[in-house]
This record gives sequence, structure tokens and C-alpha cells, in this order.
Amino acid sequence: MVTRVKQRMVATRLLQALPILVLATFIVFSLMQLIPGDVAVTLAGENASVERIAQIREAYGLNQPFLAQYGQWLWNAAHGDLGVSLLSGEPVGDTIARTFPNTLMVALYAVILSVLIGVPLGIISATRSGSPLDSGIMGAASLGVAVPNFWFGMILVLYLGLTLKWFPATGFVSPFEDFSQAIWFATLPALALCTNGIAEVARQLRSSLVEIQSSQHVRTLHAKGLSPARILWLHGLKNVSVNLLTVVGLLFSKILAATVVVEAVFAIPGIGSSIVNAVLQGDFPVVQGAVLAMVITVIVVNLATDLLCTVLDPRINEL
Amino acid sequence: MAQHNGGQPAPLLAVENLNISFTHPGGETAITRDVSFTVAPGERVGVVGESGCGKSVTGLALMGLLPKRTARVRGQIRFQDRDLASLPAREMRRLRGREISMIFQEPMSALDPVFTVGEQLTETLRAHEKISRKEARQRAIAALEEVGIPSPHTRIDEYPYQFSGGMRQRVMIAMALICRPKLVIADEPTTALDVTVQAQITDLLCEISETTGTALLFITHDLGVVAETCSRLLTMYAGQVVESAPVDDVLRRPRHPYSSGLLRSLPGLSERGSRLPSIPGRVPAPDRMPAGCRFQARCPHAIDGCEQPQPLLEIHGARLARCWRTDQLQLPGAVNE
Repeated sequence: MVTRVKQRMVATRLLQALPILVLATFIVFSLMQLIPGDVAVTLAGENASVERIAQIREAYGLNQPFLAQYGQWLWNAAHGDLGVSLLSGEPVGDTIARTFPNTLMVALYAVILSVLIGVPLGIISATRSGSPLDSGIMGAASLGVAVPNFWFGMILVLYLGLTLKWFPATGFVSPFEDFSQAIWFATLPALALCTNGIAEVARQLRSSLVEIQSSQHVRTLHAKGLSPARILWLHGLKNVSVNLLTVVGLLFSKILAATVVVEAVFAIPGIGSSIVNAVLQGDFPVVQGAVLAMVITVIVVNLATDLLCTVLDPRINEL
Repeated sequence: MAQHNGGQPAPLLAVENLNISFTHPGGETAITRDVSFTVAPGERVGVVGESGCGKSVTGLALMGLLPKRTARVRGQIRFQDRDLASLPAREMRRLRGREISMIFQEPMSALDPVFTVGEQLTETLRAHEKISRKEARQRAIAALEEVGIPSPHTRIDEYPYQFSGGMRQRVMIAMALICRPKLVIADEPTTALDVTVQAQITDLLCEISETTGTALLFITHDLGVVAETCSRLLTMYAGQVVESAPVDDVLRRPRHPYSSGLLRSLPGLSERGSRLPSIPGRVPAPDRMPAGCRFQARCPHAIDGCEQPQPLLEIHGARLARCWRTDQLQLPGAVNE
């Protein structure tokens, strides 16, 4: 009965996602029109005649009105055809399949690091709130929120990569080839991506734990004679888990977006660098396909976190 | 010392000169001053006073639940043979929920929202007794049944939000009583409830205390509730106990002007259509307490001499009043003879 209600909610949410997908790709498509440069000129090569360029425009449908071009792309995409790259001729689906797993791995790695480091810091801060240790952690966290991750990434490359030589400074190994090597190479990029995440997780966890610990129901738990450890680890953490999960869900979206810059710093063949290259060259099918893949991922992750929240907090039964 | 049940068995709880204060960056603010009282085994004692008089803080101090960082508790809280005021935290924890438990004012927020009622009941049991999960569940179902929750077998797996306010307070009562404590402190347990439910909860507390022999310290500002449930009444004013007496006696003839004022301002006692009597003025701020009687500024009977420190005077053995004029005054109560 409950699962049936949930199934319907998931279906509704997925239907609601459709307009978001259309809107996101439409906005990206429109922005592409504003970028200076003409892909037809690039394709035609140097010293091409005006007729040749016009021919290429004709062949790729670039001379059609903007809305017609978008409509054509949307129609094909709805039928599973994302087109081919204007420059390399590689099907966009293949480009995504080749690059997106790399990006996902780095992003996921960064999210896991954020949780693994941020959660203990948040708990330490909350249980010693007001102490110098708490002030230190929270001060560092404020800094972590403020520091741009591409800058921190470059510092990491310099120090951990080039000076200490703990991790490879650049380069990438696909997780499908050699998983442990892939993790090894992805560590610096993940560290660069997770600074904001650690800070955010620690700050949010601390504030919700402090709030919970001064709540009336925690006073009841003390009145029942439970141990402080049980109150913190069982009741405290279950009560803040919904908050934490929401933060982590948002964090994933943020980190996914940040990979665009960090992949460039570390030369990772991910979807972020594909987008950057495609944008620079006006290769709109690649941009559209990559954006679509990212938006779908974000929507699915949000839906999954919301579903998990309904499991953790019985009071939430609406998605 | 406030020993006023001479000849009776040793008290279960004897509070002596309890001084509670809160420290803050500007110094220290005293909340209670030399609070002393006793509770006999199985006795039901009502504590009344207006908000801010220190009655809830006293209740929390007995439980050792005041914030450790800011609260200073001085004096003795003798419970059976131990002094709770100086008991190590670990031992205090063993007493809480097993020997002394507490029912709070807000049933809406006093239960953990993300655990089922059954989980919250059984964890109390399992914190204090070595019993199996299955046995704990049986006891929890029995406890829910005892407090009058219909179909406890299914409701035990529900979450607090699925219960109404009155039902949640019943769950709180079941939780407080599940280990059969010797003393239950009920801090305004009916204030947050619907009027129609208040009487049910009061009756339930009274009934359970009677059948299990649990002593009850009933903190409330509702004198009517005390009159129905308790055998003895403590009146607190501005952090002090100003009167302690058997309920019937105090209803007939209060011995402190403040108790009298509280009783006279009960609706239903004054004539229909007439203005409800009230006590003029307000409680002095904690940092501006007069040296003498703390009620003198609001007292209709204040004369020269009230500015002297007022000890708790013993009246005919069983009563105490903090008023040097108590024998001269013929104060009106709630019941006219």
C-alpha cells in the first residue's frame, strides 16, 4: 500500500522533471546562439569560400531559424538520438558514455570525502560547542566555504602533487581499466572539489545537532536515564539525518557543476572538459547532450535523496 | 529543617535548603532560595505558584537536568539514602527513569519524532533492566494498556505524530512509569492539553499513583487540580516555599496571604457576575528581591515588620507558613465554613 503510494509519487516527480529538462536545454541552446564565432566557419577550414561556408550551413541546418533548430534537436533527443558532434563526427551518446563515468567518479569521490571528513568534524564541534576546538573547526569551515575550489586545486597540485609527490599531479585512469589506479589519480581532484563540501557538511551538521541537543525530546531522553552516547549517536544522528541528506544531495549537484572547472585544472577527460571544448567551438549537439545528461543526473539524485528522507523521517510522506 | 511529618516513616524525598542560581556573563541570578520540603513514599504533593516562581526549575534540579554549564545547585536533595545534589552523573543517570522520572508540559515536543512509541518505551526499560527485546515489547504494550491507549498492539509501532496531544501525554506517562519509579515529577502535565482532556490525564495520574504506590510531585499553577489529586500543597512565591499544608486545611484556611490570594482568584468561587479577585502587582525581579517578606509589596496585610527576614513558621505541627503575622490573620480560603 505504502509502496504503491510511493511509486505514484516517483512517477509524478519524473513527469514533473520533463519540463525542467526542456527548459534547461532550451536555455543552454539560446545561450549558445549568443556566443561569438560560427561553427560553419570552423568546419569549412582555412581560406574557405563564402559558398562553401553557406553549403556547410545548409548541410547542418544552421541556416534555419533558431526555434526550428531547437525543435529539431528536441524531436530527435526525445527519440533517443542526440546527434553527432559537428567537429569529430562522434555520436554524442558515445561521447557522454566515454566521459561521464569519469566525471561521476570524481564527483562521487568528492561527495564521499566531504561526508567522511565533514561528519566527524561536525560531531566534534557540536559535542564541544563553545570550546576552542569548536571555534577552530567552525573558523576553518567558514574559510572552506569561501575558498574557490579551482584555486585550492592548484595549491594541492603544487604541494601534494609536485612538492611532496604523494599523488599524481595530473592525468587520469579510467575506473573501468584499473579501479585502484583510478582512485589514486582522482584523489587530488576530489580533494580540490570537496573543501566546500566538508565545510558545508560540518557546519550544517553542527548546527542541527546543537539544536536537537537542546530540544525538549532530548531532555526527555536524559530524563529516561539514557547514556549520552546513545542520545547522540542514535537519537541525535537519526534526527539530523534528513537535514544531512538534503545537504549532501545539494552538494552533489554543486560538485557536479564544479567539475567543469576542476577537470580543466587536472586535465581529466570528463564531461566537464567536453562541455568546455564544445562551447568554445560552437559544437552545440555535444553541449546539449552533456547538459541533458547532467540535468537528468541531478534530478535523479534529488529524487533519490527525497525518497531516502521519507524513510528516515516518518513524518515526511509527501515528495 | 522542614520536618513536618514527625511520627511518619522516613520521607522518600527530603529537599533541604535548595538554592538554585544561573550564572551568566553579568554575574549570577538566584532562582530559588532555601527551598525545603519532603515527600513521603506514595504521597501526592502539589506545588503551585505563578510562572517564574522556581517550581519547574526545582523539578528539573531534582532530576539533575539543569544545564551543567550555567546552573548552580546548592543544598541537599535526599532521595532515600542518597544526596542527589552531589551524586556523580553516572549514578544519577541510573536513577533517572528507574527510581525518579518526569513528565513534561509539552507532549507534542517531548517525544522523539523519528522513533516509534514502542522503541521509545522499550529503550527506557532496556536502559535499566536486563530483559529481552520480546519481553520489553510485552511490557511496553502492557504499559500502553495501563494508561488507557486503545489497541496498544498496533499503536506501539506508530510514531508520536500519529497520536493526539492527550494520547501523547498518556504515552509520556506510560514511559515515566514503565520502570515503576518511586517518585514521578509531573511538570504542568495538563497545561498544553485541551480542557476536555486535562481532567482525564489528571485522573489517570492520580489513579496510577494510587495503584502503584508511586509518589507524585505535581507541579502546576492550577489549584483546582491540586485540590482533586494531592494530599499536601506547597505554595511557592518568588523562589521560596511560603506555605506547606494538607490540601484540605489550606482550602479552608490558608495561612499565607499569597496562598489566600491564589485561592480567591480561582474562577467559580466568587459570585457570578462579580469581578474575579486578582493579586495586584507582579513578582519582584530575581535581582531585586527584598530582604524581608518577598510578597510584602503586593500583600494587603503588609505592616511594619514585614521587611524583616521571614522564616518558615511551624503551625500546629503539620503546617508551615512564611508569614510572621499568620496567627493574627484570618485569611479567606476557597471553602467557606
